[in-house]
Amino acid sequence: MDILDTNMILYSAAFGLMLIGIGGIVISNHLIRIIFGIALLEAGANLLLLLSTYHEGASAPIIVNGNMPAMMADPVPQALVLTAIVIGVGILALALSLAIRVQRAYGTLDMREVRLKLEQEISDEAGIGMPSSSDKPADIRKLPFNSVIQQEGGS
Amino acid sequence: MRRFTAALFLLGLGVMIAAIYQHIDFGNTAVNAGQEINAVAAGETGAANFVTSVVLAYRGIDTLLELTILFTAAMIGGMVLGRRRVDAPRDPDAGFILRTGADLLFPLLLVVGMYIILHGHLTPGGGFQGGVILAAAFFVPLLARPGIMLIDQRIVSLVEGLAGAVFIIIGLLAMFEGYEFLTPLYDKGELGALISAGSLPVLYLAVGIKVGSELAGLLAHLAEAEALD
Amino acid sequence: MEVVVLVVVIVMLLSAVAVMLFKDFLAALAAMSVVSLGLSFLFVVVRAPDVAMTEAAIGAGLSSLLFALALRRLGLWRSQ
Repeated sequence: MDILDTNMILYSAAFGLMLIGIGGIVISNHLIRIIFGIALLEAGANLLLLLSTYHEGASAPIIVNGNMPAMMADPVPQALVLTAIVIGVGILALALSLAIRVQRAYGTLDMREVRLKLEQEISDEAGIGMPSSSDKPADIRKLPFNSVIQQEGGS
Repeated sequence: MRRFTAALFLLGLGVMIAAIYQHIDFGNTAVNAGQEINAVAAGETGAANFVTSVVLAYRGIDTLLELTILFTAAMIGGMVLGRRRVDAPRDPDAGFILRTGADLLFPLLLVVGMYIILHGHLTPGGGFQGGVILAAAFFVPLLARPGIMLIDQRIVSLVEGLAGAVFIIIGLLAMFEGYEFLTPLYDKGELGALISAGSLPVLYLAVGIKVGSELAGLLAHLAEAEALD
Repeated sequence: MEVVVLVVVIVMLLSAVAVMLFKDFLAALAAMSVVSLGLSFLFVVVRAPDVAMTEAAIGAGLSSLLFALALRRLGLWRSQ
């Protein structure tokens, strides 16, 4: 039956994992959940890379007992995915160390508060006010031609 | 508002992926480089495991760069975390089960790790898998008795640097003989024996010890950071 | 054979959704280990034993350990 084709199931698994990972990164507020999303995205991408050369009936690319089977799977993507998994663990270790640092510096791991504090720090360093929306009411926003309005009001 | 745009983005991504689905030729993908390598790998390198021959012989520089990436990540992780305060209280020892279990597991994990590393060219396995198991072997006793490392932190860094240097030196030896960097040397031996495939097992041994000591050092560093209670 | 692969894929995708939805980080870590386990099985189905061994050792072992140590350092270890 068409639905139960192994190839299609595996492709849906790979794409599904990538979609869930990306969805998690975009929607979450907490830094640790974003890191979980990155790990899921990497897992899905590795599976997708391996699926590129999957034949029904091929065997693993190893010679056992001296006889070579007729059709063997491709060893080049497997070597690349091996490398990619180990690099993924390195990235995870680095991301977690940086998350610990962020918590030490800002006191919280909620990304909205961290972004706010970051903007505040940058504006303080540059000496300008925080960037704000231009839709705020006029008496909060500083007008450049303040003196003209006062003169007009006075006369 | 943000969730709505996120959901819209995911929907668009899903539609794009569904469009890609239509064009995938299920089951009939073209394998060109793989077939060539499968045909000649046993003769040229003498390794029974073709993935090992690809990782070390046909694409050896990729492995070298991956070791560099791991080294950079471990180094930056160690730098970012900082040291523990000298007067901070030590965590208490774990219970009886964990201590005894760690004492029993340590030699077993060591043997399994070395077996997987040394048979990398015959069975599925190799330097990376065995290296991870070696890192676990050195970390489990640290979980049972926090603060007491089996091997000093400095010796672990020294071993890691030496193993990386051995990898590069073996690659340079090939250049001294007149070939290119990282060409496999020494005679092939017979297919399937433990001592075969030239310099491939030695390369994998260097990779395994480097990965193992690196990850063990990183885990120890992460474990001794103070817990925020 | 297809039924087994289908069951493993469904369990894996449900665990992946659970990783994103659990409030407690310890439970999310356990679900992440389930995803790694299912992925390791799928790698064997795609005829790649080397990759399956690497994913089992790293995904279910080292990655969970890294997350657990970092969660302890961040103070998110206790169930809220």
